[in-house]
Amino acid sequence: MDTLAIEVSYALDTFYFLMCTAIVMLMAAGFAMLESGLVRSKNTVEILNKNVLLYSIACLVYFVVGYNIMYPADPVNSWIPGIDFFLGEDNTTESVLAGGEGAPYYSAMADFIFQAVFAAATMSIVSGAVAERMRLWPFLVFAVFMVGFIYPVEGYWKWGGGFLDQLGFQDFAGSVVVHMAGAAAALAAVIIIGPRKGKYGKNGEVHAIPGANLPMATLGMFILWFGWFGFNGGSELKIANIEEANAVAKIFVNTNMAAAAGMVAASLLARFLFGKTDLTMTISGALAGLVSITAEPLMPSPGLALIVGAVGGIVLVFSVVLMDKMRLDDPVGAISVHGTAGIWGIFAVMFSNPDATFAGQLIGTVVTFAWMFIASFIVLSIINKFAKLRVDEEEEMEGMDISECGMSAYPEFTSDK
Amino acid sequence: MKMITAIIRPHALELVRAGIQDIGISGLTVTEVKGYGRQKGHNEMYRGAEYTVNFQPKIKLELVVGDDDVAKAIEAISTSAKSGRIGDGKIFVSTLESAVRIRTGETGEAAI
Repeated sequence: MDTLAIEVSYALDTFYFLMCTAIVMLMAAGFAMLESGLVRSKNTVEILNKNVLLYSIACLVYFVVGYNIMYPADPVNSWIPGIDFFLGEDNTTESVLAGGEGAPYYSAMADFIFQAVFAAATMSIVSGAVAERMRLWPFLVFAVFMVGFIYPVEGYWKWGGGFLDQLGFQDFAGSVVVHMAGAAAALAAVIIIGPRKGKYGKNGEVHAIPGANLPMATLGMFILWFGWFGFNGGSELKIANIEEANAVAKIFVNTNMAAAAGMVAASLLARFLFGKTDLTMTISGALAGLVSITAEPLMPSPGLALIVGAVGGIVLVFSVVLMDKMRLDDPVGAISVHGTAGIWGIFAVMFSNPDATFAGQLIGTVVTFAWMFIASFIVLSIINKFAKLRVDEEEEMEGMDISECGMSAYPEFTSDK
Repeated sequence: MKMITAIIRPHALELVRAGIQDIGISGLTVTEVKGYGRQKGHNEMYRGAEYTVNFQPKIKLELVVGDDDVAKAIEAISTSAKSGRIGDGKIFVSTLESAVRIRTGETGEAAI
């Protein structure tokens, strides 16, 4: 390849990567809208504070240490990544122009920022599951450990070239590495803090606690859907030749197919099971479809992507009902959307990717789940010793906006003093 | 002077307002309220769990009329708010002791 071709291709791949980063970054807004729509209005300010602060904290922590743990320059072995801080220099012109195998084909800085928004998305999954009862600052302290250490270690095992990658575990854009990982951490938190007051009756009955703002939740779903084009599309990491451009286009088509099919399947099933077309299930169904296809958005035909997404939507509805049966209170269905659908997605890889084996997918899923759940459980339990994770009963009834943030989302009848 | 307090269906408000205006009564205060009578609530579904909405949204309207106008005001409200189904609402009439127009200081029926 001549110099001009290398330069143009490097610039285009970097540009594509950065655009995808910006699109994925908007998922932070999607999570914020989805979660604030599905909680009661008395917890609006608090959930928004969690969402915006976790994004920024995730970016800072990932910059300081997380990125280097996940992608160590000098790993100790395939289980233990090295430790290093901050960012190195970007690629030199010479190293890029050298061409051939192994030469960098996009900016290292672009890689960092793309991975950083993924790390933030992983943490966003947790905030929805613990909504309306977990204190703000203990949550944010957990975010530091989660994004700085727990998630990067597991990320290293797969995407950093660790032992899960070596044994053939296939996870293209992170059905397990990102989504189920976030859900596993969320599950640990949900078990420790318990359900919201009034969610479950003494005789096992489930009480609905409807969200306050469904237009907001709907907007959040569409923003997340939009973000997923960057999430899956960007994970191809390359666009600057005919083959790669076609691959990216196919990922876009498959991602959209899975979301649409997941949504329709979930809404039909909810209509059939409950007699009502529950908007919140419709919304979660689209997200479950997206999570399902994330493990392999490239290899399936669009028809297969549709089926993978539809099954994801069906799995989601049963998972939400089952979670309530087990008295695991998840106000936004984050564990079902990202965890249960993520597990379905990782095994669905076997339908299209010949490199995927049942053993490989199973080990990858079990190891990732075990690590995320146990590490999160330990860290959360330690934080709980120093600062109670759960709000007091009275504060919970009054709403966390006042007790945690000292303000209301929609203040009325106020005066200057 | 009588104070008429009526609870009606929200979508009947415009008809009631027009009906009252037609008979020459000016002045009406409305509040969005929730409550139940014989209509009771209804069941809704949320993520697989059923819940009951016990309080229906209603409009409460308050108007003050002279003793001579009470009958036709009640007539106007009932005609315009009536659908014939459970949940049409109720009209309460009570005696009003006094009224004052803040701008002019007029009192009694002159103030309404």
